[in-house]
Amino acid sequence: MDKSQIKEFIAARVARELSHGDVVNLGIGLPTLIPKFLPAGIKVFLQAENGIIGAGVVNDDTRDQLHIVDAGGQPAIAAPGGSYIDSATSFGLIRGGHVDVTVLGALQVDAGGNLSNWIIPGKMVPGMGGAMDLVVGARKVIVAMEHTQKGNPKILRRCTLPLTAAHGVDLIVTEMGVIAVTEQGLELREINPEFSLDDIKAATAAPLKVTPALVSMR
Amino acid sequence: MPEIITAAAAAALIPDGATLMLGGFMGCGNAHRVIDALARSGKGNFTVISNDASMPGGPTGEEFYGTAKLIHNRQVGKLIATHVGLNPEVATQTNAGELELVLLPQGSFAEMIRAGGAGLGGVITPTGVGTLVEDNPFVERKIAIDHRDYLVMKPLQADVALIAGYYVDRCGNVWYKGTMRNFSSLMATAADTVIAEAVHIVEIGDILPENVVTPGIFVNYLVDGGIG
Repeated sequence: MDKSQIKEFIAARVARELSHGDVVNLGIGLPTLIPKFLPAGIKVFLQAENGIIGAGVVNDDTRDQLHIVDAGGQPAIAAPGGSYIDSATSFGLIRGGHVDVTVLGALQVDAGGNLSNWIIPGKMVPGMGGAMDLVVGARKVIVAMEHTQKGNPKILRRCTLPLTAAHGVDLIVTEMGVIAVTEQGLELREINPEFSLDDIKAATAAPLKVTPALVSMR
Repeated sequence: MPEIITAAAAAALIPDGATLMLGGFMGCGNAHRVIDALARSGKGNFTVISNDASMPGGPTGEEFYGTAKLIHNRQVGKLIATHVGLNPEVATQTNAGELELVLLPQGSFAEMIRAGGAGLGGVITPTGVGTLVEDNPFVERKIAIDHRDYLVMKPLQADVALIAGYYVDRCGNVWYKGTMRNFSSLMATAADTVIAEAVHIVEIGDILPENVVTPGIFVNYLVDGGIG
């Protein structure tokens, strides 16, 4: 798989984690690919934390970037049935447990479900934006990312970069497999048949249990 | 009734070194005309409370969009924000020691502004526990309630808030289009002086009372000619 195929493969798998009627917040980058892979009949309310519940698809008639943007600052629109809200209401939704699922990328994620994705001290200080609130508040936190960064593991025993939140992550979906964060650590639930178990363990710098019910990731 | 003034007159109300709240999210909902006038004013050393530093480029085709102009002109001495990754100038000035940057989680930031306008002594939030936020100057302390840890965040207030609405009536009642409102409806409550820029100034009654988002009692000055 090339880079874009990897991203689509991961996005398609994450899409099947979403249920009809879920309120879903998608991070920038890879997670924004997820909606096009939603199974038929599954409709979700996409939340943009800058103030949209039920974001839809922008077309030439609705494009108004001066007044309607998403959390990446790009043109956006509330679909019929959606709404526009202020930032306090938006983050009240997030912290208050009214967002069912958030999907974010990661620089690092660890065996305790800790996530680092907002700063590389001395190199990159973009800020946390809404990520800390999302990881603390969303009912289910899914990390969707490539398994390694230039061959270096991103799934670690313990994050070395500053945390976005402690113990927030529930599920990690990569091109190699699907890993659940459990009280006993990381558990591989699905494996991409293109890889062997040894491949995945070599690319993961944390203890990885394998579920007895391991199935193929598709 | 708010006084209707020009963007230049609005900028003239703002002294050097003022603490400013700038409504907007990546430029959307910025009070662009007043910010333009402020960028031309030569004044500076502002403390800016704004979600972000906007970005170069943007839908107006200008070199810098909204808040980014004040950063580029080096008129900002301190920036209190949540995300500055789309404006590389912030990192440049921060690394050179020319700009003091305080980063806050976006939900805490919103609620701290709301608290500042609502007479609350702070915000108690689980966000930021176990992270670098615990060392933030706006954290009063960490507390436990029912065995869960929280950070007590101080409120935010400002001398002047610059907000933008789509329709604003002559009483100062604001209706926002799309996602313009973001932090503006909160900031309007948390500053001593509130300047609202309108895409369209409309007559009293044109905005139904139940459609008013920011009540006009919060608005001191009105500037016509917002972009859009």
